[in-house]
Amino acid sequence: MSETYYELFRRQGISRRSFLQFCSLTAASLGLSEVGAQEIAQALQTKERVPVIWLHGLECTCCTEAFIRSSHPLAKDVVLSMISLDYDDTIMAAAGHQAEEHLERTIEKYKGRYILAVEGNASVADDGVYCIPNGKPFIEKLRHVAKDCHAVISWGSCAAWGCVQAAKPNPSGAEPVHKSLRGLGKTIIKVPGCPPIPEVMTAIITFMITYERLPQLDLQGRPKMFYSQRIHDKCYRRPHFDAGQFAEKFDDDGARMGYCLYKLGCKGPTTYNACSTVRWNDGLSFPIQSGHGCIGCSEDNFWDKGSFYEHLPTILPPGWGGIESTADKVGLTAAAVTGAAIAAHAAASVVKQARSKSSNDKLATKE
Amino acid sequence: MEIEKYSGRVLPGPIENIYVYQAPVRLWHWITVIMMLPLAVTGYLIGAPPPAIYVGGEATFIYVFAWIRIIHFSCAMIFTIAFLMRLYWAIVGNHHSRDIFLPPVWSLNWWKGLWDQAMYYLFLKKEAPSWVGHNPLAQIAMFAMFVLGSVVIIVTGFALYAQQWAWGDGWMALFGWAHVALDEPQAVRTLHHLMMWYLLLFSMVHIYMVFREDIMGKESVIGTMVDGIRMFKAKEH
Repeated sequence: MSETYYELFRRQGISRRSFLQFCSLTAASLGLSEVGAQEIAQALQTKERVPVIWLHGLECTCCTEAFIRSSHPLAKDVVLSMISLDYDDTIMAAAGHQAEEHLERTIEKYKGRYILAVEGNASVADDGVYCIPNGKPFIEKLRHVAKDCHAVISWGSCAAWGCVQAAKPNPSGAEPVHKSLRGLGKTIIKVPGCPPIPEVMTAIITFMITYERLPQLDLQGRPKMFYSQRIHDKCYRRPHFDAGQFAEKFDDDGARMGYCLYKLGCKGPTTYNACSTVRWNDGLSFPIQSGHGCIGCSEDNFWDKGSFYEHLPTILPPGWGGIESTADKVGLTAAAVTGAAIAAHAAASVVKQARSKSSNDKLATKE
Repeated sequence: MEIEKYSGRVLPGPIENIYVYQAPVRLWHWITVIMMLPLAVTGYLIGAPPPAIYVGGEATFIYVFAWIRIIHFSCAMIFTIAFLMRLYWAIVGNHHSRDIFLPPVWSLNWWKGLWDQAMYYLFLKKEAPSWVGHNPLAQIAMFAMFVLGSVVIIVTGFALYAQQWAWGDGWMALFGWAHVALDEPQAVRTLHHLMMWYLLLFSMVHIYMVFREDIMGKESVIGTMVDGIRMFKAKEH
């Protein structure tokens, strides 16, 4: 049997105390009790390590950056130990042919058991020329590695949804991983976010080792423990929302007092993610805590959903009623026009009524 | 007994009073009227909240926006239940209870009536034929604007409400498809907002027409909405 995670952590100089802290932290983030932490510790000490192959397609590496910027040394070590051991072309020591050889060896050795984590996505326009690692279109490499994997983790919004390279008009034909892997019949766990929260990754791998099954996914394929609530539902500014206290501008008193950013276009009410609970950089902060609304980066196609700073979006094309033609302005205009039409019709009706009366009177006098 | 005979048809001769709108239809009408007002006001405020200057102080003790929302949700639930009851009544009720759900577009007579009615309202014709229930123009307006508008506003409204649940859970299991169909939740929100204006426009014209018909037309309208009985005025000329 190859080594366990615990042996690996100890080899990398992580103390038993830190290991147990990690187990408790992960259990908490998965919504498990103390018993869960013990089960995790037990599993990581007795079960074989799950190999992870990490591929990079069209992407900006912000997912990897998010990992290595983790301020807590334990979290960083654990994350890197857990995911990058077998193959990660960005942060592995080997390069070139050596790296590719290693990839093939890993696939061979752990056939059907390794997890494939994909950061970024494949480009399919023009035969995939826009992403060519090792002289071949990325989609070929992706499908090759995915063929023998146990499960796929679509890591980040690029892999999960397509993200910026798939935004309109999508010249390179970038497509999310689940589309590239159509027909392979692999379970795909989407962990969207731009970048996603690093703790989600370790928590999912830990969960899979401990309970020997995949985490429960929602209808969109995201792990329920992290994506079943909106940013809005656990936002620390929610009391201001319920009170009706909204910042009107980024530099007004409301913004200074930490009021809700709803009217400044915060996408928290439509975004499913765990930022407001897990937060970033070892729980230091998250966008709303820094005074900027959520941009909804973990939602499908968030680049094409209009301005990040508008609550009511512009609904008419440019040139039709100015640049700020919101639903309310369009509605008010239509109401005004209708009101005027009603008034005109009423006036015409009165005239008509009066006329027919006078003609009736004339008829009556004639008779 | 004459209801069935003349229902929905152009009246051939003088008939005095006909019971047209059964109690559930009238009840639905007035519940809808009563619910639409707070729904529009609270809905507008949810879309465009008043400045925080009106709700200063410690957020812990203030619940203004939450109240606005809970009034909106409660009224929406009542609106929806009344609408569902009305749909049921369209199936089991009398002929007229189907008027606005199933305009008889297959009837030539109906199309002729629609034309006559439109010409009459455009002052191009002196008179339009009398109808026991809704005239064809009213039927098509109520179907296209009120019935379809209500369906859209109910579905989009529940889809927005469902966002409190995870994808596949609770109300989201029932209405998540609306977000998929419209591609994104913001589009659902915008459509819901536009539908409010759509129903308000309908209400403006509807209320105007009710009063105009009651004053100028040959049949009773306002009283009919209360007791369900259509009275035909004696010919003046």
